[in-house]
Amino acid sequence: MMLSRNILFGGLLCFMVIAAALISFLWTPFDITQMDIPNKLQKPSAAHWFGTDHFGRDIFSMIMVGARTSLAVALVAVGIGMGLGVPLGLWAAANSGSWLDELIMRGNDLIFAFPSLVIAILITAILGPSAVNAILAIGIFNIPVFARLTRAGALPLWQRDFILAARVAGKSRTRISAEHILPNVANLLIVQGTIQFSLGILAEAGLSYVGLGAQPPTPSWGRMLADAQTMVSFAPHLALIPGLAIITSVLGLNLLGDGLRDFLDPKIRVMRS
Amino acid sequence: MLRYTLKRALSLGLSLVVASLVIFFVIEVVPGDPASFMLGLNAQPDTIAALRSELGLDVSKLERYLSWVGGMLQGDFGTSYTYRTPVTEMIGDRIWVSLPLALYALTLSTLIAFPAGIYAASRRGKPGDMAVMGATQLGVAVPNFWFAMMLVLIFAINLRWFSAGGFVGWEKGVPAAMKSLTLPAIALALPQSAILARVMRSALLDVLGEDFMRTARAKGLTRRQALMRHGLRNALIPVLTIIGMQFSFLLAGAIIIEQVFFLPGLGRLIFQSISARDLIVVESVVMLLVFLVILVTFLVDLAYAAVDPRLRSRT
Repeated sequence: MMLSRNILFGGLLCFMVIAAALISFLWTPFDITQMDIPNKLQKPSAAHWFGTDHFGRDIFSMIMVGARTSLAVALVAVGIGMGLGVPLGLWAAANSGSWLDELIMRGNDLIFAFPSLVIAILITAILGPSAVNAILAIGIFNIPVFARLTRAGALPLWQRDFILAARVAGKSRTRISAEHILPNVANLLIVQGTIQFSLGILAEAGLSYVGLGAQPPTPSWGRMLADAQTMVSFAPHLALIPGLAIITSVLGLNLLGDGLRDFLDPKIRVMRS
Repeated sequence: MLRYTLKRALSLGLSLVVASLVIFFVIEVVPGDPASFMLGLNAQPDTIAALRSELGLDVSKLERYLSWVGGMLQGDFGTSYTYRTPVTEMIGDRIWVSLPLALYALTLSTLIAFPAGIYAASRRGKPGDMAVMGATQLGVAVPNFWFAMMLVLIFAINLRWFSAGGFVGWEKGVPAAMKSLTLPAIALALPQSAILARVMRSALLDVLGEDFMRTARAKGLTRRQALMRHGLRNALIPVLTIIGMQFSFLLAGAIIIEQVFFLPGLGRLIFQSISARDLIVVESVVMLLVFLVILVTFLVDLAYAAVDPRLRSRT
């Protein structure tokens, strides 16, 4: 079976970002904590591929380490969303129509109604700006996304014969949810996971741009953009490069998500062939 | 329709009550007492106590919650701890930046997205469609505050068509004020228009498969005529829902864009108040934003049900 262009191109972009993040643990071209004032604000060159910032630090190295921050924050935020949202959704579907289902879904509606950015800013502002609090703020809004999706995917499955067979065999609702429902909604979750991951990267960048994300000296792309803002007139590369890094990872994840949706959905696959 | 409206209104009220509780609770866990923060490190305990009672901080949490909510219901949002001016006045000044900005951005986003979505749908699978869809993929991936910085770099610093930030005020005339909101509105609108164009395209493609579209073609309309007269009208329903959601997103998204352009809107007010520990302002502005967002959702739900009677029987 052919992998689509979306998966290949999206996968390639994601691979680049992930590789940069992983390699940065072992090696970066320059030490990002090392200031080199005589070489500050240099344009991209052979020595400094992406140039240097106002402290003379190598931007390429900072982008590599910043990838770590972005990926870590977004990944854990998706983890929180899935870890709490999926069980809630499964639970609601298994007891559909009960007060429990109603309670879970109304609670979800409520979180959805909140402007997520405002609340994320509120949470990080109050708990103090840090990467951990940014994760919490982004993660909370992932919970209803996964709960809704899981419930919507699980509800029709409960009407199917193989679930009936499992119930006749005496399995409990919890066990059926874990053994039969979950594997059947996994595709949906993977696709949504990549999309939430990309939204998480954007949210993290926004929060650290306004100073509510990872704190210095931890490099983060949003923070680099904030620092670049006052220097954009004479050193535009400072603003250009972190932005392109964000776009690369978000675009990569979105394309990968689209590609996976087509790839994992057998109905579309049949239509194409 | 009345039953549906009442039901939605009830859920609107409930959402607002829970939202106010959540906001109040979140703010209450803030470390640091506003009174001692305002008076500085060398303040005497009795001065702090006096200020606490003046600010109404010495009564129980329940009483404070009730007086806050009760005040808001009468349009009184409390008095700022730091500026000693009514929060209602502070909001009144700034909402005339944030609200027009969100509306401006929404208009731009719709103006870009409609033609793009219609064009893509009418050329499905052809290079034109691919180009528009590719552009929207990119548009969704661009962080709006970064795009804002690029706009400043190009149009303010290099071309000098616009100023790089700040707001001239409505008293300088509508054109001047709109001009200073133009770059921020474009920055906000672009990513939203990418989403809206995708929704427009897929809604149109769904409609194109319907029987009435085949009938329209069979009675001799061209593809384009059928699309404009029958397709568009039916595709608008899902598109309008998204526009409603986008308005609330734009209102909240403006917070960060206001930082980029130094616009004196609600977003900057929130940030200034957070750093000054001016909790009553933070509380009230966030509550106002949440209220506007929930209200817009409510109105969209109603409009949706008015257009599509099938929805009234559901939920």
